[in-house]
Parts: sequence; structure tokens; C-alpha cells
Amino acid sequence: MHGFNFDIAHLLAGSLVLVSFMLLYQDRLYALLNVFALHAVVLSLSVAWQAYIQDAPHLYITAIIALGFKAIIIPVALHRMIVRLGIHREVETTTSIGLTMLLGIGLVGLSMAVMLRITPHADLVAREDLAFALSVLLLGLLTMVTRRNAVSQIIGFMSLENGLVLAATGAKGMPLVVEISVAFSVLIAFIVIGVFLFRIRERFDTVDIGAMDQFRGDRQ
Amino acid sequence: MTGMANGLGLILALPPVAAALLAVLPGYRLSAGVNVLASLLSFFAAISLFFWRPLTDSYFAIDDLNIVFIVLNTLVGFTTSVFSASYIGHELESGKLNLANLRFYHAMFQIMMFGMNLALVANNIGLMWVAIELATLATVVMVGLYRTHEALEAAWKYFILASVGIAFALFGTILVYMAAQPVLGEGLQGMTWTVLITRASAFDPALLNVAFIFLFLGYGTKVGLAPLHAWLPDAHAEGPTPISAVLSGLLLNVALYAILRFKMLMAANADAINPGPLMVTAGLVSLLFAAFMLYRRRDIKRLFAYSSIEHMGIIVFAFGMGGPLANFAGLLQMTMHSLTKSGIFFTVGQIAQVKGTQKISEIRGLTVSNPVLGWSLVAGVIAIAGMPPLGIFMSEFLIISSTFARAPLLALALVLGLLVASGALVWRMQGMAFGAPGGRIAPTRGSYIPIFLHLACVLVAGVFLPAAIVAWFQHVARMLG
Repeated sequence: MHGFNFDIAHLLAGSLVLVSFMLLYQDRLYALLNVFALHAVVLSLSVAWQAYIQDAPHLYITAIIALGFKAIIIPVALHRMIVRLGIHREVETTTSIGLTMLLGIGLVGLSMAVMLRITPHADLVAREDLAFALSVLLLGLLTMVTRRNAVSQIIGFMSLENGLVLAATGAKGMPLVVEISVAFSVLIAFIVIGVFLFRIRERFDTVDIGAMDQFRGDRQ
Repeated sequence: MTGMANGLGLILALPPVAAALLAVLPGYRLSAGVNVLASLLSFFAAISLFFWRPLTDSYFAIDDLNIVFIVLNTLVGFTTSVFSASYIGHELESGKLNLANLRFYHAMFQIMMFGMNLALVANNIGLMWVAIELATLATVVMVGLYRTHEALEAAWKYFILASVGIAFALFGTILVYMAAQPVLGEGLQGMTWTVLITRASAFDPALLNVAFIFLFLGYGTKVGLAPLHAWLPDAHAEGPTPISAVLSGLLLNVALYAILRFKMLMAANADAINPGPLMVTAGLVSLLFAAFMLYRRRDIKRLFAYSSIEHMGIIVFAFGMGGPLANFAGLLQMTMHSLTKSGIFFTVGQIAQVKGTQKISEIRGLTVSNPVLGWSLVAGVIAIAGMPPLGIFMSEFLIISSTFARAPLLALALVLGLLVASGALVWRMQGMAFGAPGGRIAPTRGSYIPIFLHLACVLVAGVFLPAAIVAWFQHVARMLG
């Protein structure tokens, strides 16, 4: 009854949530990067599908940005950074993987419960997209929270941004201004973080945020 | 053509042009001068908005509410640029910054002003979000300017927390569009604030409710509401002092402005939740938390950063209570806090340079060693602690009395927080200002003009608030509902 268009949109958005889960349990930086690239590819497909079914050609631009920038340029750049910093060892997770996955399932349940309940009148595709987008957003947040390493926190943040792009494209006819600016902000944000990382490396020979904890402000 | 050749066009065009110029200009004196000039011209352009108000379009709008914020923004931007000229000169001499850093600093200062001005004049909620993100990114790199261990960690923390906050705000913005779409159709209209507010009564209330929660969390992080405040003290303490002044005095207000806009949207829909209790709770928690935390501060800039959390708590509380009187008091408190706190940071910046430290325990007897600076600090703390006859006393008095009339128990908690906070500030100030001078003793060289100007404004407002301003604020307070 929903038709083919809806099924594909549903499949792609659902896959994005699945890949978000995969990000949660990667314990090596290279693997984490590869999964993030996959995350960006799925996002790009999902956006392209939205462009097709909404007949909104400008969304193809967003899809291309997602594919070129997030799936190729950033992973390659981060890959090189990891090599140069010599940190291709294990990612330290602060909580156990089992617990993290359970928390993740809880968050997805929460976003479904919230978003599906408040959008009974909205367009069906948009409704599903929003629920999935909130899940991706919260899972990205969880990835950031459970990681101590600066590079993996960046990846967590970018997967969170992918969720936002999914939401923005799912909302039918949302002005292009916002999509481009989202992509653009990610670019700026990335440059900023890159500069930071470079400096952190320059100063402390580590990108482990845990090693920066010696600074606790007033408690001297 | 008339669309851009007015004050609005100028406050949007001047900062980026100045930023481009400052990025290439060599020499510190010249660029400090250009920075001051650009900020002064922006201020005049903002004043001109009172007389020639541009027409509202889908992207920009000037109304009675944001004009207050814009004028305050450009005024404090200007005085900060004056303070920054002497402050940065000192940092250059002491070797903390080099000329390349300075070009970067000045260009970023103008970009930050651009971001804030754009956020305030934006009529499109997506554009407003982009502008706030731009201002945030500019301040992040400024906080990390000194490249010390502490500065980098502060900037990183600020960046991560602010980005997550801003991501929530964008999700909230998308939800507002989703709520508007069935009523307004697809396209630009669904994000234009002036259109949204007229049709908000027809939006789906459930969607609006969830949207507001996200927006409040997101922009609330930028306002520095406890428990989302963790970035704020670090960012204030480790960045250059002019940036601390602008962060406290302006950027927090811009985020608050965004919350107020969405609060008005919520109020226009009869079935949506009332954001008041949420804001009252968040404000009160921030106030009480910051008030007690003030006692444990050992760093002078952190002390006043916590005081900013406290005051933002009071302001959010006042707007949460709502009604003409509390809104009026909230607006007044916000204006007074901006002026006082940036004035205090101008003083603190010079104190830190004279003493060579930010540690409270190493700063003693300022009124003896550096009388003007010492007494400015005393005056600033008396003002920020809310003592008569200065401006903050009046606004806090109004907030307390209007709360007593409606919810006496809340007023008790409010008074408790205010007293605890004032006690901490005055106690710390006494140690620094009076007694025998200690630590390094050096003459002051910076400019006193920005400090005196701010303190004079606060004093005048406390003793005699001009009728025109009262009328304007009353009108805006009614708009806020």
C-alpha cells in the first residue's frame, strides 16, 4: 500500500541507522573510518532517492556533496592524518560494547516512540525519515560519548551531521539554503577541527582526549 | 537598490569587508585602527535603523525586538574593539602573540561580529542557525588563539559542546519547518519567521513542542544554561580577554534571542506547551548552581564567567515568567548585564596584564597599587552584584517583586541565589581590591575609556532611565507576551 518509492526510502534510511550501529562497536580506527565512508555512501544514496521521488533536482547536489566530501575526501584525509600521527592502534572505548549497543537500541526505541507519535499527519516518507534521522543523531552522540580519541569523536560528530542531512532532505521542499549551508558548515567545522588536531599533535604528541585531562581548571 | 543601501546593508557589509582588509593589512596599529573604525561605523549603521527601517523580506527583518539587540551588539562590539587595541598591543610586546596571529585575530573579530549581526537581523530561521554557527566557529578559533595546552583544551571542549548544541538546534529548526509545511506549503515561506508567526496557530502543536525542546537544548547550550554550561568557564578563562567580554556580553545574548523568537512562536499556538515553566526551571537551576560554584573559583576570569552563567539564569528565569513586567525586567537585566560584564572584563584584562597572573590569590591591594583599575573593579563588582543605585539593582528588584506577586516560593529561591552570588563576588573582590598590595606591581597603560563608558551607562540607567528607553522596552515586553 505504500508503494515502491516508500520501500526504497525506508530501506536506505533504515540502513543508515544500521551503519550507525556498526560505528558504535568498531574498535580500530581504520575500520571506523571505513564504516564512516559507508555511512556517507548510504546517506548519499538516500538523499539521491529523495531527490528522485520528490522531483527536486537540487537535492542531487546534496547527494554529490555527501558522496564526494564525506565518503571520499574526509576519510582519505583522516586516514593520512592517522598514519602521520602513528595512532593506528586500538580505539579505547570507555564503556563495554555490549552496554553501548544496548544503549543504542534504547535510543533508537526512544526516537521511534517520540517521532512517530508526534507526526501522525505528516507525509509518510518524511515521517519515517525524521524518526530514522533522530536515531542516527542520537547514535552519533553516543559514539562521541563513548570514545576518548579525538579522531573517533570527529567521526561520531560527522555521523551525527549525516542524521541532520537525512532529516533536512526528508522534509519536503525545505529551502536549499539550509542543505548547502549544512554541508558548508561541516566543511568549515572540519577545517577547524583539522587545525586543532594539528596543533594538538604539535604540542602534546597525542590526540587522546584522555591525556588532556590534567587540566581541570580551578582544581590546582 | 534601496534594499541594501541602508543601515541593514551596512551592518552586514562592513564586518566582512573589514575582515578581508584586516586579514592582509600589515602592522598592528593600522589594523587595530581599522578594527575600531569598522566597529564604530557598524554602530552608527545600527543607530540609523531607528530612523530608516528597511522593509521586511524573506531573509531579513528589523522589528522593535531585534533592534535592541543589534544596537547593544554593535555598541559593545565597538567598545571592545577600543579595549582590544591596547590589550593586544600589550600581548604583542610581551611576545604572547605575533603579527600573523594578530591579523588572524582582527579578521576573526569582524567575522564574529558579522555572524552575530546576521543572526539578529535574519528573518529566516535557517539563516539564523547558519549565522549562529558562524559566530560560534569564529569564537572557537579565537579561544584557541594562544595555543597553550589550556587554551587548546578549552577550545576543543567549547567546539564539541557547541557543535552538538547547534546540531540539536538545527534538528529543532527542521521540525519547525515540518510543522509549518502542511499549512504554508513547500519552500521559503515555511522558514520565514514573520510568516511563521502569523500562521503558527494552525501548526501541529505536538511537532512544535518537540521542536522547541530541541531548540531550547541546542541554543540553551550556547546561552550557557546549567548543566550545559561546561564549555563556558574554560572558554572565558583561556581566550584573549576581549573575547571573554564579547562572549559574555554578546554571544550569549544572541543565543538567548533565538530562544525568545521561538518562544514567541510557541505562544502564538494555543495548543502548544507553555515554554515558561521550562525556562523558569532552567534559569533557576543555572542561577543556584553558579551562585554556589562562585565560592570555589581561584581564577579571576573564571569567577566572572560563573557570574555570567548566574546572570543568564536570572534573565532566562525572567523571560520564562513572562508578562509585561517580568519581560521588561528581563530585557533591562540583559542590557545591564552585557554592559557591566564586558566592562568588568575590560578591567580584568588589564589587571591580568599588570599582575601577570589570573590567580585571585596573587592579586591583592589593587586600589593601592593601581587606584583607577582597583576602584573600577570595585565599581564593576558592586554593579554586577546588584547593589543600588546601579542598573542591575533595578532590574533584579523588578524581577523579584514581579515574581513575589505571582509565585512567592520561586521568588524565595531566586533571592537565595542572588544573595549567595553577591556574597561570593563581594568577598572575592575585597581580597583583590583592598589590603596591602601583593604580587607584581606595574603601572597600568591600557585605556580606561571603555570601562568608564560602560560603568557610566550602568549608573545612569540605575539612577534615571530615559523615558524613551522605558517606553521602547515596555513595548517590546508586550511583544514578547
